[in-house]
Amino acid sequence: MPSRRLLRFITCGSVDDGKSTLIGRLLYEGNLIFDDQRAALEADSRKVGTQGGDLDFALLLDGLMAEREQAITIDVAYRFFSTATRTFIVADTPGHEQYTRNMITGASTADAAILLVDATRGLVTQTRRHSYLAWLLGIRHVVLAVNKMDLVDYAQARFAAIEAAYRAFAAQIGLPHICCIPVSALKGDNVLTPSARMAWYDGPTLLGHLETIDVDSASLEGAPFRVPVQWVNRPHADFRGFTGMVVSGTIHPGDRVRVQPSGRESRVARIVGYEADLDRAVAGQSVTLTLADEVDVSRGDVICSAESPAAVADQFEATIVWMSDQPMLPGRPYWLKIGARTVTGTISHLKHRVNVNTLEHLAAKRLQLNEIGVCNLAVDRPIAFDPYRDNRDTGGFILIDRVSNDTVGAGLLHFALRRSQNIHWQPTDIGKEARSVQKGQKACVLWFTGLSGAGKSTIANLVDRQLYVRGLHTYLLDGDNVRHGLNRDLGFTDEDRVENIRRVAEVAKLMVDAGLIVLVSFISPFRAERTMARELVGADEFIEIFVDAPLAVAESRDPKGLYRKARLGQLQNFTGIDSPYERPEDPEIRIDTTSTTAESAAARIIAFLEDRTTAPGR
Amino acid sequence: MPLTHLQQLEAESIHIMREVVAEAEKPVMLYSIGKDSSVMLHLAMKAFYPAKPRFPLLHVDTTWKFREMYEFRDRMAKEKGIELLVHVNQEGLRMGIDPFVHGSSVHTDVMKTQSLKQALDAHGFDVVLAGARRDEEKSRAKERIFSLRSAQHRWDPKNQRPEVWRVYNCRKQPGQSIRVFPLSNWTEGDVWEYIDRENVPVVPLYFAKLRPVVERDGALILVDDDRMPLYAGEAPTMRMVRFRTLGCYPLTGAMESTADTVPAIVQEMRRARTSERQGRIIDHDSTGSMERKKQEGYF
Ligand SMILES: Nc1nc2c(ncn2[C@@H]2O[C@H](COP(=O)(O)OP(=O)(O)O)[C@@H](O)[C@H]2O)c(=O)[nH]1
Repeated sequence: MPSRRLLRFITCGSVDDGKSTLIGRLLYEGNLIFDDQRAALEADSRKVGTQGGDLDFALLLDGLMAEREQAITIDVAYRFFSTATRTFIVADTPGHEQYTRNMITGASTADAAILLVDATRGLVTQTRRHSYLAWLLGIRHVVLAVNKMDLVDYAQARFAAIEAAYRAFAAQIGLPHICCIPVSALKGDNVLTPSARMAWYDGPTLLGHLETIDVDSASLEGAPFRVPVQWVNRPHADFRGFTGMVVSGTIHPGDRVRVQPSGRESRVARIVGYEADLDRAVAGQSVTLTLADEVDVSRGDVICSAESPAAVADQFEATIVWMSDQPMLPGRPYWLKIGARTVTGTISHLKHRVNVNTLEHLAAKRLQLNEIGVCNLAVDRPIAFDPYRDNRDTGGFILIDRVSNDTVGAGLLHFALRRSQNIHWQPTDIGKEARSVQKGQKACVLWFTGLSGAGKSTIANLVDRQLYVRGLHTYLLDGDNVRHGLNRDLGFTDEDRVENIRRVAEVAKLMVDAGLIVLVSFISPFRAERTMARELVGADEFIEIFVDAPLAVAESRDPKGLYRKARLGQLQNFTGIDSPYERPEDPEIRIDTTSTTAESAAARIIAFLEDRTTAPGR
Repeated sequence: MPLTHLQQLEAESIHIMREVVAEAEKPVMLYSIGKDSSVMLHLAMKAFYPAKPRFPLLHVDTTWKFREMYEFRDRMAKEKGIELLVHVNQEGLRMGIDPFVHGSSVHTDVMKTQSLKQALDAHGFDVVLAGARRDEEKSRAKERIFSLRSAQHRWDPKNQRPEVWRVYNCRKQPGQSIRVFPLSNWTEGDVWEYIDRENVPVVPLYFAKLRPVVERDGALILVDDDRMPLYAGEAPTMRMVRFRTLGCYPLTGAMESTADTVPAIVQEMRRARTSERQGRIIDHDSTGSMERKKQEGYF
């Protein structure tokens, strides 16, 4: 068997452009559909087909019962076929529901994209959208398959007009390699065999073209060497192997490498192989490397060529594709996974949203499902990266919701922000410890969370007074008060609530650094932001106090008359009414205000603080 | 020289396995003794060399596998020096589940689907490697490489996580688990070409040989032990057969073939006009049966 190379491609088109027919024909004519599958297809076509007795190829492709029942395609499907010279993996993405999310999934690993257009309709909005996404994800080869040529009498002029329009559009967004092919998926013209009815066309057939697309492995092997380290292999004390995939470049034993982000350098000692060591490894291989020196390398580090290492930064400009029903909120921390490293990432500023149909830039405060935006992004520690344009693996990342653990976004790093490189944390001579000792206390944050009217401020005030009486140094940050000044510009939308908490957490952190006991009394309805505050301040110094009152109880108290207004619709986004409150899962202290007085609640908190100060090791 | 497609597939699978080991709390590899499991085991040996694979093998045993499969399984575990866990649904045994009597659906549900859930729950495995491929069946074609399961082991096809680039999300809620399919992008042909290239050992039942079979409902069933009842008019005859897939012997049809070496099988594959599931009685029940089984927790 001659060795074959792999081509991964994605097919896109809007509903009824003939995508299923085309793929079905590729598989069918290429003898890639087995007799039993064909028999099943014939039976299904008779039973539920839409082609009046002819084979309904869509049925071959829509695999899920749910899809057949609803006659829609839900998810990306992967198909496989091979010819004498190449094997193909096709990511077939449905044209409607969840489009962007599906196309991103399929396109992220594709070398090429086939865009289908219907010759009777010409370019449509979807054609532009698919082209933009293909460009965004860095697919270098785009094939425009102009389908249903049989319905336009195989007219050259029609094809030429569509081709010209598309080339003009592609040049506008900067798509590099374009090939336009007139086909009839239904009749088979120019799919596998050249069409006699389109003698005017002298280009390749669709399959012929797919067989010859140059996937550029040479340039990938020539790119700077990178291995994101997945796992350190230590079977015994004398062996330390660093495993991972070579995502770009070429490596030999003896080559100098630099480990990012630490910047330590060494040389490759061995490329360990199962049967024998290798004298060379190239992009696309999974390897185990040993280094000549005892350098500290752990999962998530990137082993790079020493001459052109990956850059290191903690603030970036990035494009984000949002893929969750829950909107992306600037300021909210997400897990960010890039290569083998997971850090905390926050969108610090959403610059604009892109209308994927018109490519317009629109002002936006949040990203909804399937929206794409350009933003500033901050991570909690420096990471190694390359611009996505240069390297998909070291420039592409996913965002994971910290509560649900779902993948909610995909992102592409463009460049590091200058401020990230130039501003360093300035160490001060007198630290938090010294300041705390001077005040005879242990600095910490008491974070009171709960519904409006739950009793947060009452209890916080009592605690504050009692601490003061004991000669301790405290400060109480109250939600309403802070909204008069520092957070005057913020409203009550989800994104503003996130920013509200972020600022208060930052202020509280500075105050802890000053050695104070800080009482924060904020509704702080979202778990994600309370987690962020906890991490910002440090888990040891963060005491979450859940002031728990059932909604009905808080509402009946209604000290400020706010619930009444909210019920009357005069107040939007009111927690508990039309904005959610996410209960703490594991607070340090939970106060059930239906069975505890404010005084005994305060006493419990004071007792907790006393335990904490006298606890051993504190 | 650019990498061949087999080299690329191998690298991808190894990358996936290492990701699992780096992120899982308690990973396990399902070992079903078939050719896909053989390839997975071989890839695992390579991925973690010179260490051993960082997970045990789990065989969910229905007690109805071919005898040669049991021999092969025990030999492999010993040769490779990997811990092998075998789980049998004891309750199913007590109920006397017999595929000849109860049929394929009941047998599969009790001795495979339920049994697998028992084993995973009992050991608390949170990430489970399995050898399913996307070319096997239509609903698999739409499954992610890292496929999230609820605490009840259910798959929700309408709510799959997007899977972008080679960045896999291994995070989950307490109780949830992840099934990982490192061979997702391999085809049956790739598996055989790889077995050929790497000399991967496989169960001898894949090679053609004269074997005693009876023809029943259009399938050739190997008379593997005396639990097989012979109906009136049935008598085993010796035929030159081999198996394209391996499972429980009463539910697995043989095919007539003379292919007795790996290259001969690769040749035969290329001329094949039926899909590999043809020989599996489990799938014939109805279209969508695999999807339903998977939603219920089957692989
Ligand atoms: N005349 C003609 N009809 C086509 C062609 N390709 C597809 N169709 C028809 O267009 C309709 C939609 O095709 P389908 O493959 O289901 O489109 P999909 O939604 O993109 O998968 C069906 O009725 C097909 O038979 C073609 O080349 N010529």
